[in-house]
Amino acid sequence: MSEEKAPLSDERMQMIYRDMLRIRRFEETAFELFEQGEVVGGIHVSIGQEGCSVGACSTLRDDDAILTTHRGHGHSIAKGTRLPEMMAELLGKATGLCHAKGGSMHIADVSKGHYGAHSIVGSNMPMAVGIGLAFHFEGKGQVAVVFFGDGAANEGSFHESMNLASIWKLPVIFFCENNHFASSTRVQYATSVADISARAAAYDAPGVTVDGMDVLAVHEVMVEAVDRARRGLGPSLVEAKTYRYFGHSRKDPQFGPYRTEEEWNEWKAKDPLLVAERILGVSEAQKKAHAEAVENELRDALAFARQSPEPAPEEVYEDLYA
Amino acid sequence: MPETKMRTISYAQAINEALHEEMERDEKVFLMGEDVALSAISPATAGLGERFGHERVRNTPISELGFTGAAVGAAMAGYRPVLDMRRIDFMMLAIDPIANQAAKLRYMLGGQVSVPLVVRAPEGGGSQNGPTHSQCLEAWFIQVPGLRVIVPSDPADAKGLLKSAIREDNPVLFVEYRALYSLEGPVPDGDHTEPIGKAAVKREGADITLIGIGSQARNCLEAAELLAGEGVDAEVVDPRTINPLDIEGLAASVRKTGFCLIAEEGHKSGGVGAEIAASIQEAAFGALEAPIARVAALDVPVPVHTKLEAIVLPSTEKIVAAANNLLS
Repeated sequence: MSEEKAPLSDERMQMIYRDMLRIRRFEETAFELFEQGEVVGGIHVSIGQEGCSVGACSTLRDDDAILTTHRGHGHSIAKGTRLPEMMAELLGKATGLCHAKGGSMHIADVSKGHYGAHSIVGSNMPMAVGIGLAFHFEGKGQVAVVFFGDGAANEGSFHESMNLASIWKLPVIFFCENNHFASSTRVQYATSVADISARAAAYDAPGVTVDGMDVLAVHEVMVEAVDRARRGLGPSLVEAKTYRYFGHSRKDPQFGPYRTEEEWNEWKAKDPLLVAERILGVSEAQKKAHAEAVENELRDALAFARQSPEPAPEEVYEDLYA
Repeated sequence: MPETKMRTISYAQAINEALHEEMERDEKVFLMGEDVALSAISPATAGLGERFGHERVRNTPISELGFTGAAVGAAMAGYRPVLDMRRIDFMMLAIDPIANQAAKLRYMLGGQVSVPLVVRAPEGGGSQNGPTHSQCLEAWFIQVPGLRVIVPSDPADAKGLLKSAIREDNPVLFVEYRALYSLEGPVPDGDHTEPIGKAAVKREGADITLIGIGSQARNCLEAAELLAGEGVDAEVVDPRTINPLDIEGLAASVRKTGFCLIAEEGHKSGGVGAEIAASIQEAAFGALEAPIARVAALDVPVPVHTKLEAIVLPSTEKIVAAANNLLS
């Protein structure tokens, strides 16, 4: 039995819950800062989708890679991205992960195996194939996980990347967070299949649909996919059905022309943090301790960001060429 | 100093030697592209599959977006991929990973990554391949900060600049002119590299500066011979790299001659020549005795028919005529 397949210890289950809470609170804080005008540029929050990011990243080693999307705060935090530097990036500070040149849509922490949020929808999948190819050359059993949405599953890059990863048997996991909307366009309108995971058959790869609101269900599916990738058996397509509570971006209302409050409430009843409390066995006392630790961490991160200087004008020419 | 021994090889052989030598030197270098592993397909990649195996000389499906994006990923993860695009026209299917990712990632991620990627892009007309298989597109890519653009015009530069491109830690578009593949010329023996960002005087002269890009550097040399017969002593300068562009190197020649003609195979409007002309007048306006002349492809697609194609593309004769017009 591989390490990932062993039953999760209580300590790890508590960490899974805490990471979900870290993401929820980070994004709530970021959104508040955004509304106060303290964030430079736009943000896209993933509140409601924490079961996906933590369920997936909790199966990874430090030397594994992730690539994410414009809605990537959750994956970033779940992979271990440094919070103070991430908050500083949102506030446009020189100490930010991207020196205030990438902003929320390009958060990366390569030291933690986070190869970037990529804001062109679908662009991260071919790059994940290339990182998978590098891992194949290295032969150390590393895997690359690429997160994308239901919208990106209709990009040509999805097809080309799945095909390349399949013919070369690369350690790449295609993790589709089906949150049901590409901006305002509902997945059922835009997509030829009811389950995006069905498309895996075209690439002779396993395709699994899982409840993205259930962190442990996601974790278990990912354990299989990661194990397969580490053993050189090639890519998998995991589709997690989930829901974003907020609008697509800054001017998009929570409800409005493309979804109803009723639908929203149905999903909210399956909130991934509530589900996690129950299935991970988080007691009231533990919840309190987690909340306290997370608030302290966030307070420190925000203080670091606020105290950091803005980028100097010379920075505009830095880091263009190596 | 001992004299460097020279050998005469073709432009395609020069590329082939550079690839062999760099793959030998650095195990992180690998090749990808359509049909690269089969020797019979292109002289530029012949023998590499046999020598280095099909893991490092990796045939791809017809999947330009996929394998170009994959090359960006592999480069971020510490490898040095060299892509064979077959024709630059096919790169339009792979613009996103080149312009949005490779060129911007280092900047956008605050210096956390570098993208040491070389895209070899053969291009050019003169073979009756028509509008979508004859284009010269390097002008598009000098609009992308973060991307090096190299346009060698002879075997020595093809070898020396490709070796430098593979060692470069930034993404490089390496433009090869298909019409030059069979051109032979002297190449120094041994580990021959050329600096990125330096123009080269290919023929010295006093009366007019002919700046030729890629295939047109060759035509400028031929034009200079014809002009010599008419008593005009033309200097031919090849920028060799157009990002970075060695404006000082080009302007130095213009200050000497007072007249400047720029020839390129891409279309005239918004072309590389337009950028060079603007830069030269910024650097050496006082030295110019006449407006800068440009010879380029007409602003129409490149038609298949031999006669029509010849009307559209620049040529030695058009350069001679434009030079005479400029000097008269």
